[in-house]
Amino acid sequence: MEVARFWRTIGQRYRLIGEVCPNCGKRIFPPRDVCPACEQEARTPFAFSGKGEVYSYSTIHVPPEGFEKFAPYVVALVRLAEGPLVTAQLTDVDEDEIYIGMPVEMVTRVLREDGERGMLVYGYKFRPARPVRGDAPKSAAELARVPEPAVNPVAEAKQAAMQAVMA
Amino acid sequence: MKPSRPVGITGYGAYVPRYRLAGQAVSELWTDGNAQPPVREKAVPGLDEDVATMSIEAARNAIARASYADPAFSPAELGAVWVGSESHPYAVKPTSTIVAEAIGATPYTQAADWQFACKAGTEAIQAAIGFVGSGMAAYALAIGMDAAQGRPGDALEYTAGAGGAAFVIGPAERALVEIEGSVSYVTDTPDFWRRQYEKYPEHAGRFTGEPAYFHHIIASVTALLRQMNLSARDFAYAVFHQPNVKFPLKVGEELGFTREQLRPGLLVNDIGNTYAGSSVIGLTAILDIAQPGDRILLASFGSGAGSDAFCLRVRKTVAAKDVWTTQEYVQRRTPIDYAQYSRMKGNYKLN
Repeated sequence: MEVARFWRTIGQRYRLIGEVCPNCGKRIFPPRDVCPACEQEARTPFAFSGKGEVYSYSTIHVPPEGFEKFAPYVVALVRLAEGPLVTAQLTDVDEDEIYIGMPVEMVTRVLREDGERGMLVYGYKFRPARPVRGDAPKSAAELARVPEPAVNPVAEAKQAAMQAVMA
Repeated sequence: MKPSRPVGITGYGAYVPRYRLAGQAVSELWTDGNAQPPVREKAVPGLDEDVATMSIEAARNAIARASYADPAFSPAELGAVWVGSESHPYAVKPTSTIVAEAIGATPYTQAADWQFACKAGTEAIQAAIGFVGSGMAAYALAIGMDAAQGRPGDALEYTAGAGGAAFVIGPAERALVEIEGSVSYVTDTPDFWRRQYEKYPEHAGRFTGEPAYFHHIIASVTALLRQMNLSARDFAYAVFHQPNVKFPLKVGEELGFTREQLRPGLLVNDIGNTYAGSSVIGLTAILDIAQPGDRILLASFGSGAGSDAFCLRVRKTVAAKDVWTTQEYVQRRTPIDYAQYSRMKGNYKLN
């Protein structure tokens, strides 16, 4: 991986730093500086809790270059507690333990290495969430519940109109 | 030694990877099962783990506890992020900047990697005491962490484990544990080393015992007890560097500590020797159960050689229900066989 490209995204890769829209409150990951809901400028950094749950997943048996030593491994869509859906590897888990809706938590791990002489690339993965001590295991949504962002009727109408066009 | 203003541990956190290799598996492969394993099993890092990732998780746990103990604390106040290890992922490029970035301590902070075989972690703690105690920083983060190496078939392969601990050092009045005093004792004793560009360490066999491990720990602890005017009976718990089960029990006995004082911090039978993380992760297991007023003795040993001894007193405890305890990591175990272990160690060449 190109060093500069990796370095520019260290905040989001190591710490799940995204953005929050000052206009409609939507939490955005990865950061994109423009709110996908209300199309206003959104540059306020927001640190995600790292809690979420498995939305869907698939096992990779034929890995792309750079990931050979990890195969087979599981890639999941993780629904973060604050809303966004992110793609990431699951780690510290056997495939038969995984289910849709499984509570997970973010960890920082080695994503790949550029050969024996190249850079080590670190970033987020997710693993089964630690059960809460003294209580029955709770779902990730309960663990990291944040208030729903205020709904922006204009943006919603726009989104609905766009979906209607695309349909 | 005492700093000019009192300091303590305001937060602590541990990490142990989930995989375990039984000592018996090593014995069966290399000795037909004839060798008696020195530990039951050891912790092995997964394919995506190294000292940087393990340090990040321990540091996050330490920061979480520090935030419970002192709600005003934030990682941006860390004046130093120091990682002690003998298995830093890069030969040149600091582990500590990776950790500092991942916990949000950058950019106005000191960052450095420490190296003193198995006492690199306590060396970082000593430096952090000085840094905070002199007023140069409000808080400093000291980590001892290793993914230890041992030559296949060597005595070290049975015990070379993975794990360690992180400590936020800060003002004593906000701390969970006050650091009442410390002693460092070092000599040039070549009992264990790894030369530049070599993959595995060498050791001087039995020479690692009496003139190295036992001499240095007994010297540092005896000097500390004299300095503090205390005896073994004044401590609720004690934890020593744990290269195997036998050595810490024997040095404890020679210094007058009972097995009951040592048991809560003795993790080596379950996770192996975690080198720079060995004595300090034992301390975290004790802190998980200690009560206010309890005195704890911590004494590391690093080959080459030296020992840092600390006299600690618990001031308060925090519930921190959402933070992993050390025993939770120890009990989260996935057994692996020798072939899987070899794969995780990178012993198979794929292309």
